[in-house]
Amino acid sequence: MAEQKSQYTGVLGWVDERMPTLMAEYKKHLSEYYAPKNFNIWYIFGGLAITVLVIQIVTGIFLVMNYKPDASLAFASVEYIMRDVPGGWFIRYMHSTGASAFFIVVYLHMFRGLMYGSYRKPRELVWVFGCLIFLCLMGEAFFGYLLPWGQMSYWGAQVIVNLFGAIPLIGPDLAVFIRGDYVIGDATLNRFFAFHVIAIPLVLLGLIVAHILALHDVGSNNPDGVEIKKHKDAAGRPLDGIPFHPYYTVHDIFWTAIFLMLFFAVVFFAPEMGGYFLEWNNFIPADPLTTPNHIAPVWYFTPFYSILRATTEQFMIWMAVGTIGMAALLILTISHTLVRAVVPVATILLLLGYFTLDPKFWGVVLMGVSVLIFFGLPWLDQSPARSMRYRPGWHFALMMVWVVAFLWLGYLGTQPPTPAGTLVSQVLTLVYFGFFALMPWWSRMGTFKPVPDRITFVAH
Amino acid sequence: MSTSTSATGGQAPDSASVDKERRTTIMVAAAVGGAGVVAAAAPFVASFAPSERAKAAGAPVEVDISSIPAGEKIVVEWRGLPVWILRRTPEMLQSVKKADPEVADPNSQRTQYPTPEYARNEYRSIKPEFLITVGVCTHLGCSPTGPYAAGSSAQLGNDPGFVCPCHGSTFDLAGRVFKNKPAPDNLAVPPHKYLSDTVVLIGDDSKA
Repeated sequence: MAEQKSQYTGVLGWVDERMPTLMAEYKKHLSEYYAPKNFNIWYIFGGLAITVLVIQIVTGIFLVMNYKPDASLAFASVEYIMRDVPGGWFIRYMHSTGASAFFIVVYLHMFRGLMYGSYRKPRELVWVFGCLIFLCLMGEAFFGYLLPWGQMSYWGAQVIVNLFGAIPLIGPDLAVFIRGDYVIGDATLNRFFAFHVIAIPLVLLGLIVAHILALHDVGSNNPDGVEIKKHKDAAGRPLDGIPFHPYYTVHDIFWTAIFLMLFFAVVFFAPEMGGYFLEWNNFIPADPLTTPNHIAPVWYFTPFYSILRATTEQFMIWMAVGTIGMAALLILTISHTLVRAVVPVATILLLLGYFTLDPKFWGVVLMGVSVLIFFGLPWLDQSPARSMRYRPGWHFALMMVWVVAFLWLGYLGTQPPTPAGTLVSQVLTLVYFGFFALMPWWSRMGTFKPVPDRITFVAH
Repeated sequence: MSTSTSATGGQAPDSASVDKERRTTIMVAAAVGGAGVVAAAAPFVASFAPSERAKAAGAPVEVDISSIPAGEKIVVEWRGLPVWILRRTPEMLQSVKKADPEVADPNSQRTQYPTPEYARNEYRSIKPEFLITVGVCTHLGCSPTGPYAAGSSAQLGNDPGFVCPCHGSTFDLAGRVFKNKPAPDNLAVPPHKYLSDTVVLIGDDSKA
């Protein structure tokens, strides 16, 4: 390779001559990554998620220095961190608050995507990587929650691992295989520790890189949902784009400062957040012989948990009605021979399954589908306009109905089961799934506003 | 990426010039290598199964039941599971009879948690007086609470029995699940046998 004189001088020039990748990537992803100039506050949550990730990794490393992954020592070692390790309480509360903060930030980040159609073509892969990140986060939170070895750690893990036991035939053996014992025990704690501190974080980091690379290949969406790459200047720069650095780095630093104020207010003044961030029962050491009177997962899992609890024998009738309705809709609106052949067979198999396999199994299936259905959004949403700004007002109203259903399910999931609560969560479960399942139809309907050719932007 | 790409870059060989023999060798090597990877993965996957120590920890437990007061329940640990021994009063046994039409599987016919032959009766026990059952809900593994007297629990209503705090499954005083609850099965009856009138061995029901 021919020697090349760098455009940079000094140390940077010396490095650039030997490793041009450094400055090339800096330009590609920061100083010459053109982001739409009409970003609003909804666009801060990706950066905040990275901030929380860094907090979790740094505090996590320091926690591991004093934590003992052993069923007989774990609970005491966490209390040791809280009481005896200098600054230990601060590190641990940052980590526990960080877990909840991560989900708040990520849920808002996903809501933004929903609102502005950020998952639509050509950003399907960005969204799919994002959903995989969400799954990893759920795994990370679940595995991490066992580590303090309190009552909620123990019984939460007991319930979730037993979910796998509901799978016909292989279930009970699979549950033993996951636990490494016949009950949640030392073996389970050790392997969950390994998953929490190394296996999942590695996968998570890889997925985050993929998420950002995929985003930077296609470019960011924006609140108007129009492509800024359609109009470029002579140098090939989007007319409506501004370099990510310094414009959005400064913007993000400002909001990061605000976020950290809120974050540390929680760390210092309300780390338990009334039992929502750290559940009261988890201050009691794990006792395999007594289940606490009320167990619930941490708040970020409760919407999905409510769906699990809602699936009782009575609910199977509603599931059957919903399935038959979907089948009829598919057959009536899609005149493809394959659809007409496959749908009736699949429907009959499902209906047979509903009434032969335990409702418990279907509860697990519904809970799984309620998370995995997010992957399908780029294909379920058939709206001609990406952004809610140019879609019929009732589309947004429908989305907010779904958001309310999601939050309400979440609230019900934190409460002890009651007959009335179960009934409400069954209705909300139907709303939850109806929103997604009917999206290919409703998202095309209504009067759309004209989508502008370029972004709408008022300088300030 | 270099900015000074050479003009004589690599060219894709046209199909005629493909060395068939070499390609076959590559495919065979990849297949053998793949089999090696699968073989190497086996011990890693196997390490998830319970260790020999965990398996050995399942030794049977001897319990003296003579000192349990009538109507009371004791909990003993077997394989890390809570095993309940409830000494039922005649009224309690009466309530089990009364619950027959309200429970999902009155005769313990289901096979997911098979009830041992000697307990496949209405009272689900060898001696009607003593209910011996694993206190783990068959829904998702929480430990139910109780026994509650009739009318003392909203979820049970007028029946006495056990209530699972997690998802509200209810069980009668023979550990049979009431209808239309999340739990599909009756509470499991562990293998057990009486060594004498007052001593029961939990975890072993061999006749010899």
